[in-house]
Amino acid sequence: MINFKESEMEKQVKDLIHGMANDIMRPIARYYDEHEHQKPTELEPFRVIMQSGGMGSGRKKKSGEKKEIKQTDDKIGGNVMGIVGAEELAWGDVGLMLAMPGGGLGNAAIGAVATDEQYERFGKKYAAMAITEPGCGSDASAVSTTAVPDGNDYILNGEKIFVTDGDRCEVVVVWATLDKSKGRAAIKSFIVEKGTPGLTVGKLEHKCGIRASDTATLVLQDCRIPKTNLLGDPEIKPEGGFKGVMATFDNTRPLVGALALGCAKAAYEFTKEALAKEGIEVRYDKPLVKLSAIEKDMLWMEAQLEVTRLIIQKAAWMADNGRPNNLEASMAKAKGGKAGNLVVQKCVELLGPIGYSQRYLLEKWMRDNKVNDIYEGTQQINMIVIARRILGYGRDMLS
Amino acid sequence: MSTFSLDEDQRQIKESMDSFAADELRLLSRDCDEKSEVPPEFLEKTWGLGLTANIIPETYGGYGFNRSCLNNVIMAEALAYGDLSLSLAAMAPNLFVLPILEMGTDAQKQKYLPAFCGDKYKVGTLAIMEHSISFDPFNAQTKAVLNKDHYVINGEKCLVPMADKAEYMLVIASTNKGAGAFIVDKNAAGVSLVEKEKNMGLNALPLYSVAFKDCKVPVENCLGGEKGIDYTRLLCCSRIGLAATSVGVAHAILDYSIKYTKERVAFGQPIATRQAIAFMLADAAIEIEGIRSLTWKAAWTADQGEAMKNDLLRISYLAKTYAAEQVFKISDYGVSMLGGHGLIREHLIELWFRNARAFSMLEGLVMA
Repeated sequence: MINFKESEMEKQVKDLIHGMANDIMRPIARYYDEHEHQKPTELEPFRVIMQSGGMGSGRKKKSGEKKEIKQTDDKIGGNVMGIVGAEELAWGDVGLMLAMPGGGLGNAAIGAVATDEQYERFGKKYAAMAITEPGCGSDASAVSTTAVPDGNDYILNGEKIFVTDGDRCEVVVVWATLDKSKGRAAIKSFIVEKGTPGLTVGKLEHKCGIRASDTATLVLQDCRIPKTNLLGDPEIKPEGGFKGVMATFDNTRPLVGALALGCAKAAYEFTKEALAKEGIEVRYDKPLVKLSAIEKDMLWMEAQLEVTRLIIQKAAWMADNGRPNNLEASMAKAKGGKAGNLVVQKCVELLGPIGYSQRYLLEKWMRDNKVNDIYEGTQQINMIVIARRILGYGRDMLS
Repeated sequence: MSTFSLDEDQRQIKESMDSFAADELRLLSRDCDEKSEVPPEFLEKTWGLGLTANIIPETYGGYGFNRSCLNNVIMAEALAYGDLSLSLAAMAPNLFVLPILEMGTDAQKQKYLPAFCGDKYKVGTLAIMEHSISFDPFNAQTKAVLNKDHYVINGEKCLVPMADKAEYMLVIASTNKGAGAFIVDKNAAGVSLVEKEKNMGLNALPLYSVAFKDCKVPVENCLGGEKGIDYTRLLCCSRIGLAATSVGVAHAILDYSIKYTKERVAFGQPIATRQAIAFMLADAAIEIEGIRSLTWKAAWTADQGEAMKNDLLRISYLAKTYAAEQVFKISDYGVSMLGGHGLIREHLIELWFRNARAFSMLEGLVMA
């Protein structure tokens, strides 16, 4: 059925995280923006939330479970709860949210594809995700880091950049190819534990925003890991293998959309309060000719937030209820990233010097939010996914 | 939790309206636009679907199906996918019937509803808009002044659908107690059709300017009786209907554009394989997903009645205005994607482009 009533569980989690975000994250947000690369120590209370699947890191299904997926209608699972949590955490602070164990979404990948045995070993570890390389970003199929079998081990070689949590994590999910000549089918993900010889953390990036979160370069040089650390199926299948790796995104893209939404909501609320202090209220009952330019912008932003939230909610609802959501997940990411930035940037514009000043967090939110439109598949890559879906095209027709 | 699947009733409504839109509305679309008329046979056929009688309770002679704003929205979107003007003509009786059903007194329901349950197409209509850039639906310049046992209405309305055929119209006028709705017999003294309007679009739908000069209306014709009506709700349900028809038009444009851009070859390849085209299609698809969900949420909010009353104005305003913005943007994409062909009247895109522009200014042409 069509329903928009917030469940008691959603409301409770939302209120809880909102309160924590307000009390713990907001007061330290500026400090860690100014002290890049310093590890926040105040985030311990959030660990429980991150580990309970509050950010989509929960176990999707046990391996060996029947693949038969039943289509349901009103199941609230890790995806629906994940977007509720993500929106509120990002409302608190996107940078700090990413600095939490599990915030970098490596845990989501483990939750989605690990075997029981792997999940037992790594499920509760603080995981980062290493995909991007100096020579490849959105085109993840061009990964050039190699994994060569050697006895009971794989030997990994390559360089990964822009690894969120790369410095502070306990394990890294590394994308590497088993055989470059076999293309995308040979790309697999491997769990590499910190401290494994051959894995070193290179430079830490200096960034425009999300400075509380560490973004690292990882170098893999003859890094030997047990074969049991390969996530998913080790066979190189011409069809489907890479799709399995990419399927993680159907769960994580709505989450990142929700991060953008949360940050945009923070900016919108701040702007609305600032305007209210000047006596500017937003009215819903006036004809166009009676609205001021600022009021019109505020109404437009409010509509953007509503629409974006609904698109994200639908993608998450589908994921939790056994409905294929590849199209909707990309819509959630593309719309979240785009609308989120339009809103935050407009808020800075509307408030003039107040918006630009570091006395308030608004200017920081604009810097922080831009990345939500980029990582986990840029807006543009997601637009291509969407276009392919609605056109019935494959990669050969549209790229 | 937000859930997004149709129930059995809604699925049936959608299926039957989808096929009616494809088999009837879409095929008549261009011809009716060119001739600026709705064929009487079409209206009779529409009547056979029971769009109006279905929602009237059996007590008044109707079929008494489940009535909800959400169900009306599903119907409105599906019909507008076929053709906007014809869908508005098909749903025009509900402009009169729904407010009576929702807000009328028992006596008003007894008096007016049975007439809409017969075999023959019957029109009732709603007069909200006025010909002014500062038109404010909450502050109509058309006035109704109480004088003992009757109201005296003065003013002029525009964009009144099917006013020529309507026996009754519901006229929105300001009173000293705020906005009211008055049931006016079209043949009453003081009511005159000023002209059949010519607009940029919506050509197939007969739209009239109607003048009221010292038009006397008995007090019992004031909708809702002495206590009047929740006018905000009436306006909101209309805005939700407009949002729903926007979604239908936008979706029609997207489907047409997908088909065209996959067939049209330039530089040796279908133009849909080019990102400049593909991105317009993707953006349209995202926004349609968004405006549909927002419209559903607004309709769901209306269906919650008192419980969600405080949010209804906000959510339906956002749904209507945002849907209007997006449907026009998408229609503009449509013309761009067809290039020169987009402006040629052989393609429906040209018609949709003109029709889509209407949404930003419309109030009250459909009721959900």
